[in-house]
Amino acid sequence: MSWKNAFSSSVGKKIQMALTGLFLVLFLVVHCYVNAMIFWDDNGAKFTEAAHFMGTNVVIRITEIGLFAFLILHIVQGLKLWAQNRSRRNTRYAVSAGNATSKWYSRSMGILGTLILLFLILHISAFWAPNRASQTMGNGELDLYAMMRDAFQSLFVVVIYVLGCISLAWHLVHGFYSAFQTLGLAMNKYKGIINVVGVAFSIIVPLIFALMPIAFYLHWIE
Amino acid sequence: MEHYTMNLTLKVWKQKNKNEKGRFETYQVKNVSSEMSFLEMFDVLNEQLIAEGKEPIAFDHDCREGICGMCSMYINGRAHGPWHHTTTCQLHMREYKDGDTIVVEPWRASAFPVIKDLVVDRQSFDRIIQAGGYVSVNTGNAVDANALPIEKHMADEAFASAACIGCGACVAACPNASAMLFVSAKVSHLAMLPQGSPERKERVTNMINQMDKEGFGSCTNIGACEAECPKGISLENIARLNREYIGAMFDGGSQNAK
Ligand code: HEM
Ligand code: SF4
Ligand code: FES
Repeated sequence: MSWKNAFSSSVGKKIQMALTGLFLVLFLVVHCYVNAMIFWDDNGAKFTEAAHFMGTNVVIRITEIGLFAFLILHIVQGLKLWAQNRSRRNTRYAVSAGNATSKWYSRSMGILGTLILLFLILHISAFWAPNRASQTMGNGELDLYAMMRDAFQSLFVVVIYVLGCISLAWHLVHGFYSAFQTLGLAMNKYKGIINVVGVAFSIIVPLIFALMPIAFYLHWIE
Repeated sequence: MEHYTMNLTLKVWKQKNKNEKGRFETYQVKNVSSEMSFLEMFDVLNEQLIAEGKEPIAFDHDCREGICGMCSMYINGRAHGPWHHTTTCQLHMREYKDGDTIVVEPWRASAFPVIKDLVVDRQSFDRIIQAGGYVSVNTGNAVDANALPIEKHMADEAFASAACIGCGACVAACPNASAMLFVSAKVSHLAMLPQGSPERKERVTNMINQMDKEGFGSCTNIGACEAECPKGISLENIARLNREYIGAMFDGGSQNAK
């Protein structure tokens, strides 16, 4: 089998989804860890220090390029898979099994992913893009802590962020297990532990993210 | 369980041939015994239709004992009806009560086109088997069964995978119309035995290529296949298929693959 074949076959594409998905999971760990420093409630001192490192370190900046490449691959491949799979059944069933044979979130990865994508567009254009633009123009880094504090005074913005986190949580409840299954690692003897870790991750990480806008809005931190 | 009879309303998919558009037809079936199988109920309905000078409903069946995999019917949203680990021929009418309405559809997947009414063309499965679901050695005389030692747990697992009857319920139940459970059962069953092992890399590559060519969807690990499989083929087979595939990707031994 040539490598080209391996990447164009249905299983090859699934492996791309799994590897890029797991990379995004790793990214979430780092992103969550850095941003959780706002909870020190030291007027953003610790957070700003970490954000400065993340925004200026060469290794991190190169990894960031990889992150965007993987994210785009995950999105493009994901949406293509979704559209292709829908076209594999020309006539729909008049009566469908619904939740009797599978979970709603497992069937809704395309929709959940699209919600995450919409959220990401808003999120990236609110923080990452202006910060990098300012750096590129030689004006230095922006005060991300102050930007967060200001943005999250709006209830509307907070609600959008919480909805984004909820979409991410459900995407991960299926996605975490699914990636291990795709890589052939979810044998029965490991399935239990994969599911426990997956569900715990899917709850804890999005919850910490969701608490950030909530904490600013409710003035738990200033 | 006490015997009883019932009258039922059936909404059944009628379709003349591959190219015509199909539609649902409503039928009343009277005096159905609770001890009949689902297919016997269809026999009664067809007798009734023939007596009335109407065309009977075409449906697939053969063994009627749950081993051949022919009896494809999608019943009230469920492949082979609501019973766990059961084919349509083994579903019995005691599941239903007087006055029930039952909707019966063919397997729906682009790779399983309808031939007539509830009969679908499952030759795409045959072509996947032809692509690699075999062992190519000259057998000569049958060797002694115990000459080739096989670990007990491997033999058991291979046997569990070999239980697949090629019915296609996994495809019918899958929201993506994916054939991965079927293919994974066949790949697993052969890869785990010493006779099948030498060709495992070409096998998995060729079978997946054929599966894609036939127009099945790709697996997103939803799991509806496992829930509906009459033979209890487990998702672990799909994990194994993926491992086999990744192994073939890294290995030159699969150069013979088409
Ligand atoms: C930080 C954001 C994201 C993370 C951490 C993430 C994670 C994952 C993981 C781990 C998988 C499982 C891979 C597999 O099944 O082998 C997955 C699958 C998928 N993702 Fe994402 N994803 C993210 C964003 C997105 C976006 C933005 C989209 C689309 C617009 C998307 C669409 C999909 C689709 C369609 C699948 C396939 C479902 C499946 O095969 O199970 N994801 N994702
Ligand atoms: S895996 Fe199960 S549902 Fe699929 S063809 Fe084999 S026996 Fe039928
Ligand atoms: S008719 Fe053979 S399995 Fe049902």
